[in-house]
Amino acid sequence: MDLVFNSEVAEAAEHGAEALQLAPASTEQQIMLLLVLLVPLAGFLLTGLVGRRLGRRPWIISVTAVLISAGIATVMAFGALTADEPMRIGFTLYTWIPAGPIEVAGHIVDLNIEFGFLFDNLTAVMFIVVTWIGALVHIYSIGYMEHDASKWRFFSYLNLFMFSMLLLVMADSYLVIFGAWELVGLSSYLLIGFWYTKRAPALASKKAFLVNRVADHGFLVGIMGVLLLTGTANVLESFAGFEHVDDLVQDVVVGLLFVGAAGKSAQFPFHVWLPDAMEGPTPVSALIHAATMVNAGVYFIARTSPLFATAPETMIAVASIGIFTAILAASIALTQKDIKRVLAYSTLSQLGYMFAALGIGAWMAAIFHLMAHGFTKGLLFLGSGSVIHSVDGEQDMDKMGALYKKIPITHWTFLFAALSLSGIPFFAGFFSKDAILAESFIFGYTPVFVVGIIVAAMTGFYMFRLMGKTFYGKSQVDPEVEPKIHESPRSMTTPLILLAIPTIFMGIVIGTGLFIGGPFFGSSMIAEWLDPIFAPANETMQLHGHEYDLIGIDGGLILASVAVAALGIAVGIWFFGFFGSRTRLDRVDAIAGRNRVTRFLYTASFNKWWFDDLNHLIFFRFGGVVANSVMWFDVKVVDGIVNGVGSATQSVGEGVRHIQTGRVQNYALGIAVGLIVIAALFILMAR
Amino acid sequence: MSQSLEAYLVLSVLLFGIGMFGFLAKRNAIAMLMSIELMLNAVNLAIIAFGAFTPEFAARASTFALFVIAVAAAEATVGLAIVIAIYRNRRTPLVDEYASMKE
Repeated sequence: MDLVFNSEVAEAAEHGAEALQLAPASTEQQIMLLLVLLVPLAGFLLTGLVGRRLGRRPWIISVTAVLISAGIATVMAFGALTADEPMRIGFTLYTWIPAGPIEVAGHIVDLNIEFGFLFDNLTAVMFIVVTWIGALVHIYSIGYMEHDASKWRFFSYLNLFMFSMLLLVMADSYLVIFGAWELVGLSSYLLIGFWYTKRAPALASKKAFLVNRVADHGFLVGIMGVLLLTGTANVLESFAGFEHVDDLVQDVVVGLLFVGAAGKSAQFPFHVWLPDAMEGPTPVSALIHAATMVNAGVYFIARTSPLFATAPETMIAVASIGIFTAILAASIALTQKDIKRVLAYSTLSQLGYMFAALGIGAWMAAIFHLMAHGFTKGLLFLGSGSVIHSVDGEQDMDKMGALYKKIPITHWTFLFAALSLSGIPFFAGFFSKDAILAESFIFGYTPVFVVGIIVAAMTGFYMFRLMGKTFYGKSQVDPEVEPKIHESPRSMTTPLILLAIPTIFMGIVIGTGLFIGGPFFGSSMIAEWLDPIFAPANETMQLHGHEYDLIGIDGGLILASVAVAALGIAVGIWFFGFFGSRTRLDRVDAIAGRNRVTRFLYTASFNKWWFDDLNHLIFFRFGGVVANSVMWFDVKVVDGIVNGVGSATQSVGEGVRHIQTGRVQNYALGIAVGLIVIAALFILMAR
Repeated sequence: MSQSLEAYLVLSVLLFGIGMFGFLAKRNAIAMLMSIELMLNAVNLAIIAFGAFTPEFAARASTFALFVIAVAAAEATVGLAIVIAIYRNRRTPLVDEYASMKE
């Protein structure tokens, strides 16, 4: 429904940027926003300090904290989203860094970095995604982490993450965003490496941190660029100043910001850290590495959309990398055996969709997909955790199968999420994915559209490959585990059911005109929410909408995307079965081994296109050689010179010290000889 | 008085050489001080001889000679005082025993 949104876009563009004015927050609003932020922080500190003494219920503080935070955030969000006028409020807590005067474009400007907050519909949407999924993951973790000895540490980290992520979406200045950006990175690191005594999680957490550091470097330089070019660290204030900057400089600075966003959202070539991050506990994978933190890059680009709109070349790069990541990750997801890795590559693929949407200026479609995917993928991960829990920690899908009768709640919620992710009407993912595909077609980005359609088919296939291998077909569970298979405790199934609700209904509610009295297609609630926010960027890019047309092109696009998704699903089902139906696993092997091309493709996909090996080669082997030669130079040459000066001085002193005998007459002899030499020279010169 | 400047200078050089040899060769601190006196007086003799043979320098040469005598006297006084002080400490006038400057 593609441009479901476009009529509003055009309308808003006519009104111009003045449609949305920043109003000071009232005292109550300030207190509520601060509470949303500070309650999880308090939960983190309390659980971190006294969690060990809470005995068998260390989750009590942090779950309460996150529920309070979610409650207040919901009140705030609904207040903003249902307001008649689009709302944008902000307030400054204090001046963080009074940096003093700097020169910007020939003027002297006072650079003061404020610690301030911003709340508008975009923040409200993020509030809903972050706090709701966060709260459900907290509750789920009560059951999932039941048997872990140091779960108080787990819950305190989760609260730290909630605080950081909420700070990230509320911050109004680049530097505060950067601080929150690093804090979410830290909590991600801590949680991936939660089982730090095992080797794989410890390495994975380090990998995630290092890859993010590389990207953050670009992000930081980009932020400095914006600071120097506009003379303000405030996100909203920076837009006006940035418009007058040289085109090339705009492209570079925005490109650097994009590097940071690509790192956090695991876009190519930074995508390598996310699949490894699955070594962390499954609730963490759901919350941080699927539903919220990895969306930070998408959020950031949406938040700074007017900056990105000024740099069309960089936008092309964003779209290209996004859609490339989408198909790359989808192709890897086709053959992975680990249930969580399939979902991880699926997350990469869907994030690629979002970046592609951002790159073509379909901001709203990106945020819509962020929401829909957040809930859907959160559900999928929590469901996979429930599956893993039921088969005694096994993650290999080759050792599952026929689970649908034994864990019915997990199965049904998982099925809904798989349908939603595949883009089947009228689940949430259908509306958001279709919005992206349709806008890419209508804005004239045919390659993005074509690849997007292919990825949609692949998505259907790998999701139903996963469904078939896990829930249907013949049971391949270890005979010892078989009798112990059980549905997860209620603390785990309740979040699944609650997440299934938005997964099923969210698209219909906010992606159509059904609940705002407009036409079903052609208007939508989320468009009403977000139009004002993206109006300035759309104005810069001069995007104009069109009227919605069900019989013509739009209907055709919907049909096309649903058809390819259904095709992918059908192929998946044909191979891997559905409920009682037969599986044809031998056929899969036959196709994969048929000739050299298919064998190559299968191996490439299974080995993740060798990106880890490439990185190993570049950074470990080759980088190791470079590092060793630099070290040789440092040790031998630099240190050699310094130490050489020292030891030369020492040995010269050692030799010369014999001259000092302490005997006056030796000294006098020296003087006498010197005198005679000088006299002789004098006489010779005088000749 | 001889009419040749060279004769005075040769005498002066001989005296200076004897003094220098005495200073370098003698082990006794007192003898070394005496050698210094000899060198000073050799220089004094040269100054006076130059003054006598070039009349325009005569006054200045006498002044210098007087200075040198005064300095020699002062030097002898201080030098002897130091030697006595060291002798009291070390119970020897022989300078090659005084090797503590090495440290």
